[in-house]
Amino acid sequence: MHIAITDYVLEVVQNAFEANSTETRVVLQETAEAFAVTVTDNGKGMSEEVMKRVLDPFSTEEGKHPHRKVGLGLSFLNQATELAGGELTLRSEVGVGTTVRFTFDPASIDTPPLGDVVSTFMTLLAHPKAGSLVIERKTETDGYALDRKELIGVLGDLEMSGNLHLLKEYIASQEAALS
Amino acid sequence: MAKMTLEELRKLREEKQEALEKRSIEGKDCRIIIGMGTCGIAAGAKETLSTFLSVLDEEKIKHVAITQTGCMGLCYVEPTVEVILPDMPPVIYGKVDADVARKIVKEHILGKRLVTDHMFDRPAADIIKQDGGR
Repeated sequence: MHIAITDYVLEVVQNAFEANSTETRVVLQETAEAFAVTVTDNGKGMSEEVMKRVLDPFSTEEGKHPHRKVGLGLSFLNQATELAGGELTLRSEVGVGTTVRFTFDPASIDTPPLGDVVSTFMTLLAHPKAGSLVIERKTETDGYALDRKELIGVLGDLEMSGNLHLLKEYIASQEAALS
Repeated sequence: MAKMTLEELRKLREEKQEALEKRSIEGKDCRIIIGMGTCGIAAGAKETLSTFLSVLDEEKIKHVAITQTGCMGLCYVEPTVEVILPDMPPVIYGKVDADVARKIVKEHILGKRLVTDHMFDRPAADIIKQDGGR
């Protein structure tokens, strides 16, 4: 069950990792008019035909999840954005990558809460398949960027719990200082 | 909270490097595993953990890794601590408060003698490897 925008972010980025993306960029942009998330990857991409089926809840890529016949991530996201006066757009090219962009209208009562940004970013940055992941968070006047390669250069192995704790502290300080 | 820069993060890591190294198991043959399930924490496992950290510091012991795990299934004798040393049987100690933690370091780790009055269990033979999980 998805209850927060960060849950959708986690899901879309995980799709990118599963498509063998090595360079992924996530941008969360908050303005008075819209809350927009853009996830760009250089994974294997989708053909026109796959793009048509991707929003169908009863379709999933063959062999991606053994024993599972449904692929609910993007279809739930599509439903949620429609409900909250936003939209979901997909752009993809086989062998080049995919861009998923979704927006929510902050004024709509059906817009989900933002969720736990710090834990979500930490989870994504520590993912073993994350490659060179860059996460940008922007408000109208402020923002910060997290570059996984740069952070590994400072902290070392992100799978170590002590380093992960420091990473969380770092992200929390960036988030708390946002105006 | 003030916004941290990458340089500050690097400094913070350097400051905490020693504490991080105590948790690292790389190149260490001895392990102290502290049961930090809710039962353990309620019974004072956090104090046990910090006592182990400070005693290892005091005694300048570098070859022991301290890690934590969940409940070991001996909730009635929490806080529980497993000590794995080469050439000694793996042992689970129970009711390990700060004083017992000091005793374990002095007698078991340095003296190579089991602290028999706090020994509660050895891991069941069917779930450990022949070499005692080392």
